[in-house]
Amino acid sequence: MDILQKERKIRELEAKIDELDNDVLINKLKDEIESYKREAMTNLSAWDRVLVARHQHRPTACDFIDFIFDEFIELHGDRQYADDHSIVAGLAMLNGVSVTVIAQQKGKTLDENLARNFAMPHPEGYRKALRLMKQAEKFNRPIITLIDTPGAYPGMGAEERGQGEAIARNLLEMSGFTVPIVAVVIGEGGSGGALALGVANKVLMLENSIYSILSPEGYATILWKDASRASEAAEAMKLTSYDLEELGIIDEIIREPLGGAHFNKEETYENTKKAIVEALLDLSGFSPLELREKRIDKYRNFGFFQRFNYDNLGGVKR
Amino acid sequence: MNDLVHTLNLRKKTKQQFKKARKPNYVNAKLDVPKGLYEKCPNCKEAVHIKQAYENMFLCKHCGEHFRMRAVDRINFTIDPGTFVEKGLGYITLNPLFQDGYAEKINEYKEKTDIDEAYIYGYGKIKGVPCVIGVMDSYFLMGSMGSVVGEKITRSFEYAMYKRLPMVIFTASGGARMQEGIYSLMQMAKTSAAVLKHSEMGLLYISVLTHPTTGGVTASFASLGDIILAEPNSLIGFAGPRVIEQTIGQQLPEGFQKSEFLKEKGFIDKVVHRNDMKNTLYKILYMHRRY
Repeated sequence: MDILQKERKIRELEAKIDELDNDVLINKLKDEIESYKREAMTNLSAWDRVLVARHQHRPTACDFIDFIFDEFIELHGDRQYADDHSIVAGLAMLNGVSVTVIAQQKGKTLDENLARNFAMPHPEGYRKALRLMKQAEKFNRPIITLIDTPGAYPGMGAEERGQGEAIARNLLEMSGFTVPIVAVVIGEGGSGGALALGVANKVLMLENSIYSILSPEGYATILWKDASRASEAAEAMKLTSYDLEELGIIDEIIREPLGGAHFNKEETYENTKKAIVEALLDLSGFSPLELREKRIDKYRNFGFFQRFNYDNLGGVKR
Repeated sequence: MNDLVHTLNLRKKTKQQFKKARKPNYVNAKLDVPKGLYEKCPNCKEAVHIKQAYENMFLCKHCGEHFRMRAVDRINFTIDPGTFVEKGLGYITLNPLFQDGYAEKINEYKEKTDIDEAYIYGYGKIKGVPCVIGVMDSYFLMGSMGSVVGEKITRSFEYAMYKRLPMVIFTASGGARMQEGIYSLMQMAKTSAAVLKHSEMGLLYISVLTHPTTGGVTASFASLGDIILAEPNSLIGFAGPRVIEQTIGQQLPEGFQKSEFLKEKGFIDKVVHRNDMKNTLYKILYMHRRY
């Protein structure tokens, strides 16, 4: 039984409360729901977390922006080709400090999702993000990115307009900025699409979000030629926040309410805001060049291998 | 007694392994291509004599199709004989996410290709102009970029910075290595940052895209060259053609994601035939010499 079925059961039980009129019975049922929820929703498996991260009612980037920032002015367009609706970006105020916010926006309904292209950016989206980040660098504003994408969009137009180049350019420029960058993975963080906004001084992650090189389905297809083994793949890929913190890829986990962000959205926003402010406070102690060097060094050290050093012997001549 | 024999055998084995690690013997390396004496050209379907193809720089003598090439052969054809010094040896690929069968696969490819990872780099001269050259080998697990490949690429840039030399990279890769999961993804950021640092010292970086260059490699250091060259008719793109076909639900047009197509779209400086590659590289390097 996966988490969605458990959630459905809880909703059914909650619906029963309305039918009852006896206070004692209602309280008893409420207690029952509470204990069931605690039992079912703790120690989620990796696949459960994938399902929660993709949940239909999970708050999207715009919800986060509305709550966390006092004011938000959306800015459009990459000045070259078009405006990508899957990336929402603009200026905002956070506790009296002006920041640049860049976020990947999923839709809540099918129509919205089609308009947002299921949060899969095209090259112009990355270029818009880059334009606004350069602007932030110019005016010395911290950059906050909210990551929520299944990945870059694999389409003909995207290839024609240089998807690879756009992502690569973002990676290169983002490592070079001298302003603090904080990235928050709020849902799915998939492949190059996520990393193109994710080269940051601090990478935070919501408890039930995922961050991986590709979707578990894709992984199962490529390695085992069987897309139905996605749940197994999710386990093997180490894509949950706890695994990634252990591997040292992310810096901090933002707690979610029991069962996922959609059970208590306010609490999630509150926690996220607190974490972002703390991260920015931590980074405020460093000079611009230190910030840049720290960021480059951080990514320089990612990797898992062993080495015997032969270089001091002068290399091998052939 | 048996124990003694066993230990002796073990000792012999480890000794041999060390010998191998210290002095890689590329001469006897088995090629993946020649299963027999003749191979079918993927473009014109004509039979091609392998030995002749080798002498002909792995070109099809019927249609001029550029075959895939081992990294070592690439270095032999590009660098002046006797000037290549390989750097960055001794890396050992581990299994960070404890994937089943990954370690065995790596060992298998190591034996088959006789290189320890999908990327080799070193110092060399092209017609007398010194540079640091790095070559990816698509015969090693499709040239995919894992922790070691990412590290070696970063190291090659750092070596070029230390020596103040231009950098030439031949890319051939299927993308990031899936088995190493998130570590492979991080190599994209790592190599891009290395390009940035190299570029800030005012040094030249030429990236040569060969068949096939896709995925995470296209989306990092391969697309960031000051000058980007490509071999004719090679597949270059971010998403693979099969993935795109599945997404849009129709067949892709002829020549889509080929190097000529990308040149038309403005993402490649020049499509260079393999016969002219060395000369072109020399000319570019010569124009950027700093003494």
